Amino acid sequence: MSFQATPQLEAEVNELISHYPVKRAASLMVLHAIQEQFGWISQEAVQWTAKKLDLQPINVFEILTFYPMLRQEPQGKYQIKVCRTLSCALGGAYELHHHFCAKLGLDAHKHGPQTTSDGKFTVEFVECLASCGTAPVMMVGEKFYEGVSHAKADEIMGGCK
Amino acid sequence: MAQEYKLILKHADEPGYTPDMECYLRHGGYQALKKALALPVKDLPDGKKLSGPEQIREDVKVSGLRGRGGAGFSCGLKWSFVDRKSGKPIYLICNADESEPGTFKDRQIIHKDPHQLIEGMIISCFANDVKLAYIYIRGEMPEGARILNQALKEARAKNFLGKNILGTGYDLEMHVHRGAGAYICGEETGLIESLEGKRPYPRIKPPYFPAILGLWMCPTIVNNVETLCNVKHIVTLSGAEFAKLGTPNNTGTRIVSLSGQVKRPGYYEIEVGKATLGELINDPKFGGGLREGRRLKAIIPGGSSSKVLKAGEKFKLKKKDAEGKEILVETDVLDLPYDFDSLAQAGTMSGSSAIIVMDDSVDIVGALANLSEFYAHESCGQCTPCREGSLWMNRTLQRLTHGEGRRQDADYLGKIADNIPGGRTICAFGEACSWPVQSFLAKFKDEFVAKGAADEARRAQSISGAAAGTSVAPVAPH
Repeated sequence: MSFQATPQLEAEVNELISHYPVKRAASLMVLHAIQEQFGWISQEAVQWTAKKLDLQPINVFEILTFYPMLRQEPQGKYQIKVCRTLSCALGGAYELHHHFCAKLGLDAHKHGPQTTSDGKFTVEFVECLASCGTAPVMMVGEKFYEGVSHAKADEIMGGCK
Repeated sequence: MAQEYKLILKHADEPGYTPDMECYLRHGGYQALKKALALPVKDLPDGKKLSGPEQIREDVKVSGLRGRGGAGFSCGLKWSFVDRKSGKPIYLICNADESEPGTFKDRQIIHKDPHQLIEGMIISCFANDVKLAYIYIRGEMPEGARILNQALKEARAKNFLGKNILGTGYDLEMHVHRGAGAYICGEETGLIESLEGKRPYPRIKPPYFPAILGLWMCPTIVNNVETLCNVKHIVTLSGAEFAKLGTPNNTGTRIVSLSGQVKRPGYYEIEVGKATLGELINDPKFGGGLREGRRLKAIIPGGSSSKVLKAGEKFKLKKKDAEGKEILVETDVLDLPYDFDSLAQAGTMSGSSAIIVMDDSVDIVGALANLSEFYAHESCGQCTPCREGSLWMNRTLQRLTHGEGRRQDADYLGKIADNIPGGRTICAFGEACSWPVQSFLAKFKDEFVAKGAADEARRAQSISGAAAGTSVAPVAPH
């Protein structure tokens, strides 16, 4: 798949670059913008970003490989991120993660994000989402959910069309 | 009796309070900024003159404000280190990378009262001659980033930001910069590298003190969200009045994030040191106590990196007697005033003011394994002791929690943990990943040993059962 930046992305990226006295500083925000539009960041997108910011592709690629939120392959339509860290674990995060995996036919013991075969869901354990008082918490895409019981989890999944 | 005291969260949870400009203005918003911008030059008795910005910097020192992010360093002092003679621009970054497990206070401010943060930032920028500032918000808070961007837009429209702010000739621009899921970006030099568009590998200090060689090698101030909000209140109240809140050397208020096994987890703003750990956990106004039938086992008092406290522990706290003489008073863990200094005296820290409570149903080995997995995932990998050590500790703890433990694992863990911190790594992550291990072992070692021993015994049994009569006996009998 070749990467084609839309005029809208081009404009957004130009605006982002204007926020910094040094172009390179925009790289993380540009990668966010690309991922928001395409769902993941391809090698072509890395090349495009590097060109846009007067960088070598490796300068962009090393960022892409470091940050957990940035993705190098297509993700499920709905990305479920369950918080794994202590307060949520005390509040039932492992059981919640297990519940999602069981419902979606995924392996709860496997490390890293897993996508269902129909490409609808990606389920992932993530580190502390900073809402420890309302454990267990999770995100679907950019939406945030607190105090998620298994019934609420089913409801959330049901809402993903 | 300890009470909540709402300074920063005064309005955030009021019914009908919204994060937009109009609502903020209706509640007296941006008055502190107007006051700060209009401060006349002050004549000092010695003939010197203090400009408005200098007066604010002085007042922040007087206020005794200490950083709310974790280290508790004096904000006034931090600002005083800024190299103002280099001729380079000075930058200010708000550290909104709230990622310390247990902490969820900045989220409340950002989501419910973003203009308070922005006003605090504008005043701080004005006080330090900053023309360009960033809010570095963690990637997992996209909603927070949207709210802040909207608030910045509103502030620009009102000329609280931009060129010639309110006709004073002062220019300031501010942008939101999003992280992407890396805890290390909360470390200020890692944050700076991340903002520059690089991998967030922390910088070595010296020479790279942000106040001198920070963002793009220019003097840079990095302050936590809550710290910057406090600056607004220091201007409103005056530094001296602000210092009356809280306790000496522990001034102002703090938003305490309380989580884990209490009846009422949540965020509670208190005057620093005016509530004890016990009150925060048990008082019906705060945590409301443990669940029925449960007993307290352990408290992580200041975010996951802080050293764990054990129920029933006693500490010798320095206090002044009636004649002002310093005496040592034996204090139970639950009677520790929740402030910077008391917790330091108890060998731990109030860190990001995040308390995680664990009752007697918790498997303490599992709890540490959970935290160790976090640190192993989040080590940036730059320094060998931290990169390897955090992984080894995690691997050892995972085998202990998966029935593969050994009796000597506790000692092994301690040995690894002792060899990471203490200047062997570039940043304090080395300490952050070791402290939980060291303190859990110091206080609950028998549970680690028992778990390892039980695993060994089980393995020995299954081996002798499966291979009776052979010479395989890797584990010495008791």
